[in-house]
Amino acid sequence: MAVSPIPVNKKPYAVKIMTLAVSPKAVARRSLAQWLSSLAGHVLPPLITLAFLMVFWEIICSSPTASVPPPSRVVSETWELIIHPFYVGQGVDQGLFWHILASLKRVAFGYCLAAIAGIALGTLVGQSDWAMRGLDPIFQVLRTVPPLAWLPLSLAAFKDGNPSAIFVIFITAIWPIIINTAVGIRNIPQDYQNVAKVLRLNQFEYFTKIMIPAAAPYIFTGLRIGIGLSWLAIVAAEMLIGGVGIGFFIWDAWNSSRISDIILALIYVGIVGYLLDRAIAFLAKTVTRNTASA
Amino acid sequence: MSKPYLSLEQIDMVFSRGGTTTPVLNQVSLTVEKGDFISIIGHSGCGKSTLLNIVAGLTTATRGVVFLDGAVVDAPGPDRAVVFQNHSLLPWLTVYENVKLAVDKVFSATKSRAERHEWTMRNLELVQMVHAKDKHPAEVSGGMKQRVGIARALAMEPKVLLLDEPFGALDALTRAHLQDQVMQIHAELANTVLMITHDVDEAVLLSDRIVMMTNGPSARIGEILHVPLLRPRRRIELASDATYIRCRSAVLKFLYERHRLVEAA
Ligand SMILES: Nc1ncnc2c1ncn2[C@@H]1O[C@H](COP(=O)(O)OP(=O)(O)O)[C@@H](O)[C@H]1O
Ligand SMILES: [Mg+2]
Repeated sequence: MAVSPIPVNKKPYAVKIMTLAVSPKAVARRSLAQWLSSLAGHVLPPLITLAFLMVFWEIICSSPTASVPPPSRVVSETWELIIHPFYVGQGVDQGLFWHILASLKRVAFGYCLAAIAGIALGTLVGQSDWAMRGLDPIFQVLRTVPPLAWLPLSLAAFKDGNPSAIFVIFITAIWPIIINTAVGIRNIPQDYQNVAKVLRLNQFEYFTKIMIPAAAPYIFTGLRIGIGLSWLAIVAAEMLIGGVGIGFFIWDAWNSSRISDIILALIYVGIVGYLLDRAIAFLAKTVTRNTASA
Repeated sequence: MSKPYLSLEQIDMVFSRGGTTTPVLNQVSLTVEKGDFISIIGHSGCGKSTLLNIVAGLTTATRGVVFLDGAVVDAPGPDRAVVFQNHSLLPWLTVYENVKLAVDKVFSATKSRAERHEWTMRNLELVQMVHAKDKHPAEVSGGMKQRVGIARALAMEPKVLLLDEPFGALDALTRAHLQDQVMQIHAELANTVLMITHDVDEAVLLSDRIVMMTNGPSARIGEILHVPLLRPRRRIELASDATYIRCRSAVLKFLYERHRLVEAA
């Protein structure tokens, strides 16, 4: 038993020396390699899926009689649009960048108004039992009204396309913001309320120092749902009101049978919608980093 | 004879929810002198937190009155600072900001901006938390959170400090360390303290008097034990001290012989 301790002891030594021998450069290289492989792990699967879908699409739409063009034809037919996003022409004949910008502006307007009004109303509803009982049923009914159903009414009220579209965004985005804010306010832990009571915070201090930060995660959930709905609604609303905007661009393309243009626009709409969602998610993460209960 | 500093006079508490009523406290009376350290001990669920919340003004007693320094307690306020069982720091504020919030509110009229900063730092020093002042509660240990909770309460300069099982969730070593800190602070500032605990050693070590509560429903004060140990008290020396042992066994007897929890048998 006691004869052969040497090989047993040797092993950890060898390991130790090897670890020590790894230079900082090698460590950096290894972590870079790890990073690259994890990146590949995240990026490769969607790329492969996309490639498969493209091939599949290309094959089923390759017959000359197909009503939807294959990807190769979409690219060749929309090449001008792709390489000249900033093109400036007459009336609605603009580069895609300008169409998307016009849509984003409407969304930004309507959405910001919805955020302000939604948080204010949500706070009211969340804080007072009477406001809750009085307003909640109304909200629950109104939020099920499809966005576009508001458009004729708002056209009648504003007599102009642009404010009507902004109103549609507003009325679409506001319900999830109100409802989530109210839930957040109702769920403020008793502990925080007790702290506020012991400190005798006044209404304003309670609102800014306890209520808003405590409800922030809920508010951001509402804001995130709201931005998604806004982007869904703007495209539909613009189809009806006309003018510069990605929605009308799609409608216009349909009317002149430019199916490839529609497909390109849809891809852009999807990407912008995704970016909007990510932007709010990022904002939420930054703002509520420390709000998760400790 | 002047009136006692803090007095609870025949407190009854009955919770009623829906059709059911739960009597929790029954005829609880207690007087506390300025600078006293009082522990309230009793089995879980007997109504200790309820009693503390009544003194804090967070709960209104069904019957009975609480007087503090000659005035009736009818609402919460910073003169009765509470250290809650689960620290209840605001997670979006740093350690410093949590204490500063209380300091800013309580001393908005009486201290300048610089003085409020000084005072915040002084209280963080008192619980040895200056090193972590810019951390958020989620980034510090449970013991540290509780220390910040104590600093926040002390910073209000309360007439009476209310502690609801302040060390209940901590490991034994951290708990001992915090008990020592609380004793030191009490020696330095001579605060009036009302502390809930379910730890017999903690009660004997820290208190001037131990209030022992019977089991609920309708819990009463069963007995009040004086702890005639001199201060400063050192836990190691006390372990073999005859008075300490006598007090300890008196509390144990109360809790585990005469008022044993039936369902715990
Ligand atoms: N708000 C309340 N409504 C109804 N019952 C309550 C309420 N708060 C406490 N109780 C009841 O009062 C009793 C005492 O609770 P508590 O004071 O928290 O006990 P302890 O702190 O001694 O463990 C428990 O039985 C609890 O269920
Ligand atoms: Mg309790």
